[in-house]
Amino acid sequence: MLVHPEEILETIQMIKAENLDIRTVTMGINLRGCCHNDIDVLNERIYEKITSYAKNLVRTTEEIQNLYGIPIINKRIAVTPIAIVAESCDTDDYVSIAKTLDRAAEDVGIDFIGGFTALVHKGATPGDIKLINSLPQALASTKKVCSSINVATTKAGINMDAVAMMGKIIKKTAEATKDDDGIGCAKLVVFANAPEDNPFMAGAFHGIGEPDCVINVGVSGPGVVNSTIRELKDPDLGEISEAIKKTAFKITRMGEMVGREVSRRLNVEFGVVDLSLAPTPEIGDSVAAILEAMGLQNCGTHGTTAALALLNDAVKKGGSMASSYVGGLSGAFIPVSEDAGMIHAVEIGALSLEKLEAMTSVCSVGLDMIAIPGDTTASTISAIIADEMAIGMINKKTTAVRLIPAPGKKVGDNVEYGGLLGRAPVMAVSEFSSEEFIGRGGRIPAPIQALTN
Amino acid sequence: MTSTRFIITVIGIDKIGIVANITKVMADFNVNIVDISQTIMEDLFTMIMLAGVKDEKFDLKAFQKAMSDEGEKLGVEVRVQHEDAFRFMHRI
Repeated sequence: MLVHPEEILETIQMIKAENLDIRTVTMGINLRGCCHNDIDVLNERIYEKITSYAKNLVRTTEEIQNLYGIPIINKRIAVTPIAIVAESCDTDDYVSIAKTLDRAAEDVGIDFIGGFTALVHKGATPGDIKLINSLPQALASTKKVCSSINVATTKAGINMDAVAMMGKIIKKTAEATKDDDGIGCAKLVVFANAPEDNPFMAGAFHGIGEPDCVINVGVSGPGVVNSTIRELKDPDLGEISEAIKKTAFKITRMGEMVGREVSRRLNVEFGVVDLSLAPTPEIGDSVAAILEAMGLQNCGTHGTTAALALLNDAVKKGGSMASSYVGGLSGAFIPVSEDAGMIHAVEIGALSLEKLEAMTSVCSVGLDMIAIPGDTTASTISAIIADEMAIGMINKKTTAVRLIPAPGKKVGDNVEYGGLLGRAPVMAVSEFSSEEFIGRGGRIPAPIQALTN
Repeated sequence: MTSTRFIITVIGIDKIGIVANITKVMADFNVNIVDISQTIMEDLFTMIMLAGVKDEKFDLKAFQKAMSDEGEKLGVEVRVQHEDAFRFMHRI
């Protein structure tokens, strides 16, 4: 037999017992050709384009899932930032576009559609402002639409006016979805250095340097890495790193294979594999559990940042050899609500917001799916965003903030979303004010790291 | 696709008739056994087959369903997966 029986059983064990899956197949669709000054025509064109390009996406993905016997959890679509597509419309309100995206997503049977997006890292155009102001209503009146706002890059610095604005918008979005614990905020992410080919939500959009249509794949597998480390007998950290690299290689190969076959069958260009460790609320399928397997009593204690740095780097090294095109976010995600180990660490007091912030300097994204008290002020939310953006800007990496100021909730309460979004314990924020700092506005200049030419 | 070969794995508690009944379903679907290995690992019956399919109109979904239904009757877990799923992961 070409493949050794032990290897066959290893693969089956990964899928069956350790939650190995392809987390998402995301189709990127360019909507720039849809522009029109009449918003009704624009909406019609957007609907037509999405439903014609993606009509076979779900069926094809399911065929491949059956062929290889590997679960493909999500089918998603990312579109050109809507602020660009809608800029020429004679209207002030983009909510109808969000509804069109939602309807198209529903009709082609996908899970989420991303790209209700504006890129404002250096300044905002009238279209960007309209999109941002439409967010609370857009996210409250749709189910599948995800939004991202890029407010900082290493090359441009941080647009602090946009940061101040987003604090207020996040509050309003929570308020507009208060009957569902502010779930609108779970579909809204604020970025520094947003990647243009990320297949993961809520931050996926189809970047302006991308082709007309593209398939990007996001792999997962914290459960597999967790088991691999736990099977090692008294390893030193170098051996742990080596084991993670090998596992990341295998996981990514699956993503590469699936991505290529989906692209081939749909006759669409293959973009990238995003080799991320994306946890789920399943026990053991947890990034926190991996860090604890390295010897930390609980995720969040001293040493956590070092352990996460080792993990994130080993995942990249293993994965980058397994795929011809690696992109997106690629690394370890540390969302709180989606990771049973993170939730536990918060509940027993081992993990704080401050520690999470430190961890984001070495993980692949940022402060993700964190519930904070409903009465947190807009300026405090903006200040949390500003800190996170600064980490991204200086370290030339993507960082993001997805915070939920849960209406009516205080520290110790829980918000419950179910499914992949999971459950989040409300975490404490600083009680001291950042009001005056945020109120100053303006732009934090690009750092010296930007001057590379 | 580089081949139409499938890896079939049958895992469960050992009993009489597993091989006979599983291969009967394969014969019904015109699926040829290229290679076969069977052991008892940690008290579990483990059979791995490399199977080949020539028919272009082969209905994978129906075959997978028939195999897992048969497995259910026998109290074993049956998986039919394209060979590439394993080749890609373990071979460069």
